[in-house]
Amino acid sequence: MSQRIQLISPAGKPVGDLPKLSDGRLKDLFTHMLRVRVTDGRMLTLQRAGRIGFVGTSTGMEAAQIGSAAALEPQDWLWSGLREGGAAVMRGLPLAEYVAQMYCNANDTAKGRQMCNHFQHKGTHYPSWSSVIGTQIPHGVGAALASKQRGEDAVHAIYFGDGATSSNGFHSGMNLAAVWKVPAVFVCVNNGWAISVSAKQQTAAHSYADKATAYGMPAATVDGNDVLACYATMRAAVARARSGDGPSLVVLETYRMMGHSSSDDPTKYRDEHEVAEWRGKDPIERFEHFLSQKGVLAKGERSTIEAALTAEVDQVIREQEAAAPMALKTLVEDVYAEVPDHLKRQYNHFIEVAERHGDAQPGDGAFPL
Amino acid sequence: MPILTLIQAVNDGLKVAMREDERVLVFGEDVGPKGGVFLATEGLTTEFGKQRCFDTPLSEDGIVGAAIGMAANGLRPVCEIQFQDFIFPAFDQIVSEAAKLRYRSGGQYTAPMVIRTPYGGGIRGGLYHSQSGEAYFTHTPGLKVVIPSTPHDAKGLLLASIADPDPVIFMEPKALYRHAKGEVPAGHYTVPLSTLRTVREGEHVTVFCYGSMVPVVEKAAAQAAEQGIECHIVDLRTLLPLDEQGVLEAARKTGRVVIVHEAPRFCGYGAEISAMIAENVIEYMEAPVRRVTGFDTPFPNTLEHHYLPDERRVLDAIEEVARF
Repeated sequence: MSQRIQLISPAGKPVGDLPKLSDGRLKDLFTHMLRVRVTDGRMLTLQRAGRIGFVGTSTGMEAAQIGSAAALEPQDWLWSGLREGGAAVMRGLPLAEYVAQMYCNANDTAKGRQMCNHFQHKGTHYPSWSSVIGTQIPHGVGAALASKQRGEDAVHAIYFGDGATSSNGFHSGMNLAAVWKVPAVFVCVNNGWAISVSAKQQTAAHSYADKATAYGMPAATVDGNDVLACYATMRAAVARARSGDGPSLVVLETYRMMGHSSSDDPTKYRDEHEVAEWRGKDPIERFEHFLSQKGVLAKGERSTIEAALTAEVDQVIREQEAAAPMALKTLVEDVYAEVPDHLKRQYNHFIEVAERHGDAQPGDGAFPL
Repeated sequence: MPILTLIQAVNDGLKVAMREDERVLVFGEDVGPKGGVFLATEGLTTEFGKQRCFDTPLSEDGIVGAAIGMAANGLRPVCEIQFQDFIFPAFDQIVSEAAKLRYRSGGQYTAPMVIRTPYGGGIRGGLYHSQSGEAYFTHTPGLKVVIPSTPHDAKGLLLASIADPDPVIFMEPKALYRHAKGEVPAGHYTVPLSTLRTVREGEHVTVFCYGSMVPVVEKAAAQAAEQGIECHIVDLRTLLPLDEQGVLEAARKTGRVVIVHEAPRFCGYGAEISAMIAENVIEYMEAPVRRVTGFDTPFPNTLEHHYLPDERRVLDAIEEVARF
């Protein structure tokens, strides 16, 4: 078993070889972590107010998400699970599209078809995730093979949680990736819980990193609340994949401070002492201590950044509240490249009834047949 | 024009597609140097190299899952599931992912790919080398389901499927692999998806069928003709999206319908055809719709020739519907 990699102690002291990042870059990482926390908080408020349906927060996991994804280059792909939306924003998903997706409104690039918290962004290679645990893993492997065959300089980072390591997709994806030696990095964000099943109940393996051995793949275990350790470890794994040496597994050990989602009450299945212990290991506070001690962050600067991020997300929320209604034709579009006749007929029958009841908008009318 | 068997036509179609488009990859279990257990991919690794036709580990879920990722990233994967009976580990990837990627992403991501798989009985393969699972897939919006019955259609439909922007389940009737022979044009041609093939014109009874049942129905129709019953045989060949108007027109033409498939009857594909007729053209019908299908049992082995609809059972249904 590999050593758990830590570069900053919980008190914010350097304890290892730090990656060479400029002060500006360090502050950017901190800002991206804060944006995840601020945005999650805002989304939860909207959910409690009944404005949006569902939120899966990354609270407590900001270092794992931001630190690891910051090691990717623009041409690299990020195959996500539920909680990588903040990384998507850092890599270029416009906040407006993020919030539109949470509203599932007419501005949503997925046309409101997915439940909340299922982001995508084609421009930065962040494909749409289904909801099924682990199915994205072989997708990332196949896409990595395509990149390799074309000789592209693209690495595919495939994210999933501790629960997904029990899925078919994990097994088949890890196996194929190693056999095909594709440019991929498997990122297991072990946040301790798969809804109500703890990471200890998920496997009898000594560690999640041990699983890589059976596939003939190296692995690293990282203190997932240490943003620089996440960055540096991921950077090495990405470099290895990029150079043609094949895939590896990176396990980021962190903690899901909130419920699985806004629909979940974690007090029913986990001990408050455990949560309190992790509260003391907060990744943002740790990085804040580090940056303050390094003189990168001035006293009180965190609140200034937070206030700006809050104003930014609130402005976007106001804009998205005003979105137009969803076009009804989206019911039958994008099932196939062309809407087939049988769907046109189903829609036409539906819209005839809707129009009779005054439910249709201009443009919702029947398809010509 | 060369005479090919159905399996040779599939092989020829794959070669044509791979010569024309370097994005086309062929992979699956034993499809490489061995050329597949039925030899559908024979010679591909030799001609195109192991980058473009290769063996995979034994992992149906991985084969289809990886194909989706390849398709989403610009390739045109044509993967093989060795027997349709073994496709179920990949069912999640087919139904949850390939079928829904375009829809759930609002058209941002798509999965243009083909899953080739031999299906059906008649080779003494028992429960797990004989099934006809088309209805599992025709119940899934977002998939296209194609089943050829002749060498000409096998190649033309395969080339159309590979060029199609959506995921296609291409089910090959293994009982016809070497028994169906016919003229197959050299080079590129396509048979458009979602079109029917009129196998035989007739004015008394319309018979809908596809895949391995087509020659069985043709033989039964020849016997019916000796009694003066002329059958109108329609090979559906694309089950989803189906040319529904063509089906209704053919049903209306005779007002008497028999549907034949080897899959189990309950919730089988014939149920949809029957319901479509009842909903749309019942006023033209002169007799109840009759289905001739496999039993609602697992697929047998020793008695498979009784499980599969044969000329006798098809003829019986034709006669009954004609006399009604």
